[in-house]
Amino acid sequence: MAGMTFAQWGNDLYTGRRSYPVVAKRRTWFTIVAIFGLASVAVLGIKGLTLGIDFRGGSEFTVEGVTTTQQDAAVTAVQSAVPGEEPRVAVVGGSAVRVQTTQLDAQEVEDVSLALAEAYDVERADVATSFVGPTWGAGVSMRALWGVVVFVLAAAAFMAIYFRAWRMSVAAIVAMLSDLVISAGVYAAVGWEVTPSTIIGFLTILGFSLYDKMVVFDKVRENTQDVLSQTRSTYGERANLAVNQTLVRSINTSVVALLPVAGILFVGALWLGAGTLRDLSLSLFVGIAVGAASSIFLATPLDVLLRGKEPKIAQHTAAVLAERERVAAEGGHDAELAAAAAGTSQLIPGHHLGHGAQPRRKRAR
Amino acid sequence: MVFTILSIVLPFIALAAGVFLNGKSADNPGGSSFAPGLALDLQGGTQIILTPTSTDGSEITPEAIDESINVIRQRIDSSGVAEAEIAAQGNNVVVGIPGEASQETIDLVSQPAQMRFRPVLTYDVGVPAAAPEPTDTGTEAPAEGDGEGATGEPSAEPSEESSPDTSPGGKARGQAVTAPRTTATDDEAATDEASQEPTQESSEAPATPAPTEATDPSDLAQITPELQEQFTNLDCTQPENLVGGGGDDPAAPLVTCSQDGSLKWILGPVEIDGTDLTTASSGLRVTAQGVTTNEWAVNLNFDSQGTTAFRQTTTRLSTLESPRNQFAIVLDGLVVSAPSVSTPIPNGQAEISGSFTRDSAAVLANQLSFGSLPIAFEVQSQEQISATLGSEQLRNGLIAGLIGLALVVVYSLFQYRSLGMLTVASLVWAGLITYVSIALLSWLMGYRLSLAGVAGLIVAIGFTADSFIVYFERIRDEMRDGRSLAYAVERGWRRARRTVLAAKSVNLISAVILYFLAVGGVQGFAFTLGLTTVIDVAVVFWFTHPAMQLIAKIPFFRDGHSWSGLSPERLRAAGVRYVGAGRVATQPAVATSESAEPEMAFAGAAATPTESRADASGRRMTIAERRAAERKAAAAAETPPGGQTSVDESQHADRGENEESR
Repeated sequence: MAGMTFAQWGNDLYTGRRSYPVVAKRRTWFTIVAIFGLASVAVLGIKGLTLGIDFRGGSEFTVEGVTTTQQDAAVTAVQSAVPGEEPRVAVVGGSAVRVQTTQLDAQEVEDVSLALAEAYDVERADVATSFVGPTWGAGVSMRALWGVVVFVLAAAAFMAIYFRAWRMSVAAIVAMLSDLVISAGVYAAVGWEVTPSTIIGFLTILGFSLYDKMVVFDKVRENTQDVLSQTRSTYGERANLAVNQTLVRSINTSVVALLPVAGILFVGALWLGAGTLRDLSLSLFVGIAVGAASSIFLATPLDVLLRGKEPKIAQHTAAVLAERERVAAEGGHDAELAAAAAGTSQLIPGHHLGHGAQPRRKRAR
Repeated sequence: MVFTILSIVLPFIALAAGVFLNGKSADNPGGSSFAPGLALDLQGGTQIILTPTSTDGSEITPEAIDESINVIRQRIDSSGVAEAEIAAQGNNVVVGIPGEASQETIDLVSQPAQMRFRPVLTYDVGVPAAAPEPTDTGTEAPAEGDGEGATGEPSAEPSEESSPDTSPGGKARGQAVTAPRTTATDDEAATDEASQEPTQESSEAPATPAPTEATDPSDLAQITPELQEQFTNLDCTQPENLVGGGGDDPAAPLVTCSQDGSLKWILGPVEIDGTDLTTASSGLRVTAQGVTTNEWAVNLNFDSQGTTAFRQTTTRLSTLESPRNQFAIVLDGLVVSAPSVSTPIPNGQAEISGSFTRDSAAVLANQLSFGSLPIAFEVQSQEQISATLGSEQLRNGLIAGLIGLALVVVYSLFQYRSLGMLTVASLVWAGLITYVSIALLSWLMGYRLSLAGVAGLIVAIGFTADSFIVYFERIRDEMRDGRSLAYAVERGWRRARRTVLAAKSVNLISAVILYFLAVGGVQGFAFTLGLTTVIDVAVVFWFTHPAMQLIAKIPFFRDGHSWSGLSPERLRAAGVRYVGAGRVATQPAVATSESAEPEMAFAGAAATPTESRADASGRRMTIAERRAAERKAAAAAETPPGGQTSVDESQHADRGENEESR
């Protein structure tokens, strides 16, 4: 892109002067998604997600009669006893500190109690321990899951009605599910604990993914609206043009959506050390990036694949290709061939399309 | 533009008025403030530890605790979007509530009421009446009580009818419920005829103070002179008579007041216990034809025992005269509601209708569903608790978010030049409305901003900015088609509007469904998502588009200054273009490295690679020369990239692939 501005690049993508064969190379994308998807499933299956205290319950320590209510001291103390633990610390009533950790075994509980007693300079007896149940119990999870299922079905129905093509909605939902699986896989691979924030993050991904597919598909819909009433280009070519034309938007949107999240993830979580924000921002970062990419590389090719099986569209595609074949066989001018094959380009009103686009004289002469 | 101004000014005025009239202060935690309320994880709040005690002597199972956690959660959720934290800790239940917990809230979570259904024997106005006998003349029928045959007071006619369609709507959100005080410690209710209780105590049991042998619970013979005297002397305007509390003998008749003290009642023995009620919900009434009316109703569902008992009761009551055809819903010894029965209800599904408002229906449903729990809670401790998320962490996160925002501004200025200013202005506008809305909602609905909510707002930046990006790109597309800016704005808007609305609908669907189906944090998230979606659409329609229309008239943008982000050089394909009326417009090629070759106008991907119509010396080539050049170039395209010298170097290798498809 050297020597060329982003706008000009967008310009070329719009006119079709420059075109990336996104739809044509769909096997490549499907393979890539399949590899990532399987890897994610494998990671989820082998390693699994580490559920946090909100889901499984955990150990709770109450330090009574403290003189200082600094929360950092507790974090340091817990981490010295059980490395890698991210405790939640709260001050209760002014003179007690409540520390919640994931479920620890008896030895660890003893270690943490001693460390806490030392950190806050109190007797060991002043540190009470107990088991705390999940705040995000099975009931809450079921309600959330139920809500998601209903929402996905409703969104699928909405898309099917809006685009008047159930195959489009299937493509969007499949792509969205693969986004979720891949995001969850990345999260599991990193190995951070799943907290309610993570769940919220995944829900956001779900929403963003569907939203982005909706925008890209609306462009496909716009381009393919009258596809059947012409013989210049096939459905796949028009869809490919749509993807190319919406590429600038997708890049801009993803960058704008990712910048604040990346800010929190990299600056906040890794540098300033906002531990609780990192799980949320990681799931969001991965999810938004994957979601935006899959709208282009998975959802649209999948849509072309599925809708290509629609009888009308299959027939039309065959007719367009046959016509092109015929022109080529008759050995028309190069320009004619060019015009016949220019299915991936945008028709611009007022522009001259070359002599090849003019009505042809019968060949006899 | 009027909407634009109104959309920000109105909520702001409302908020300012709220702050002025009902300011937030230490002793008024529910008041309005310019700063939105924060949730438990950011602000801390009150931690209440509750110890459950069984009201029927049975073992408290973990299931019962789970069930009561659900009910507590439901009650807190229905009083606002507060995101309380509720967990079992050993045998106790720990409830975390953001901010200061008022006594009302503590009552709400800790006081499951004891609810019973009793037949009405008689009633009267709530003051010690001169009238010695049951009368329904001259009653000033109150809000909750039933004034069957009384004056035409609006809330007077709860009618009871069989309705298989229960609970049409979602969860109603009422204001906080003031649950009646209770100790609720007496034993499980027994009824005389329905035999649905394990304890099988009948009204004829010796413990019953009623000296007469009553044939059924509606028998007026149960009103002994002592009871009548007690009834006559009862003054329901005295606060001490409205405290309620358990301790009433389920097998004996009861003399008591309405919850609001406006009526007093003599009631028969308990017929159905509240624990037989499986669900109670409020919603708009649905007629037998399935038509949803405009009337609010409370729907009840009984379990099998309750269904049997309810059938027997309603069968008997429906044949009796007023007021004995009513049954009273008694919550902690006070009458909540006393609907009359016109037909027997065999299927255990009942509907209480009357002149409920949305709120009063929700309150009653809430009281009823909570009353069906056989567990009472004792407040063991109630303490202030700090935020679980250190304030330092929140600050760091916000700083990071702000850095990200600044990058967004830089990026949109880079992408859209001065047009990026419109994006930034729209984002600022949306941010302002969102802030005011959240402050307003945290006052009106008890909305609390949690960390997840903050993250939702940050992600909303992406969603919101996308609307502008879609819009700008559509305008650019139209300009690439050769339209003037003003026309491109109109046409681009029409296309963008459709896309934006369709995509936002998906968001709104997700928000609404998750809001109604999920609980706790997910609900808060859904609320934030829905709110920002609505605000986003409002801003695009009422701010960005009108502003764009104005901008299109400014010469700087209209004439496509190179810094306007809308310059024709950057957006239009070079070459000759027919502009109608026999005229053509020439678009000079862009002055870049590749501009040496004038580009072909339609520029199909499959167009022959070098459409140079002039040779190096600038002389226009003959057709034959051009063909030759084309063939040469086509041949070059088949060979490895190195051969593509005549092709624009900046083009990608996949260009070659397009060539092959030809």
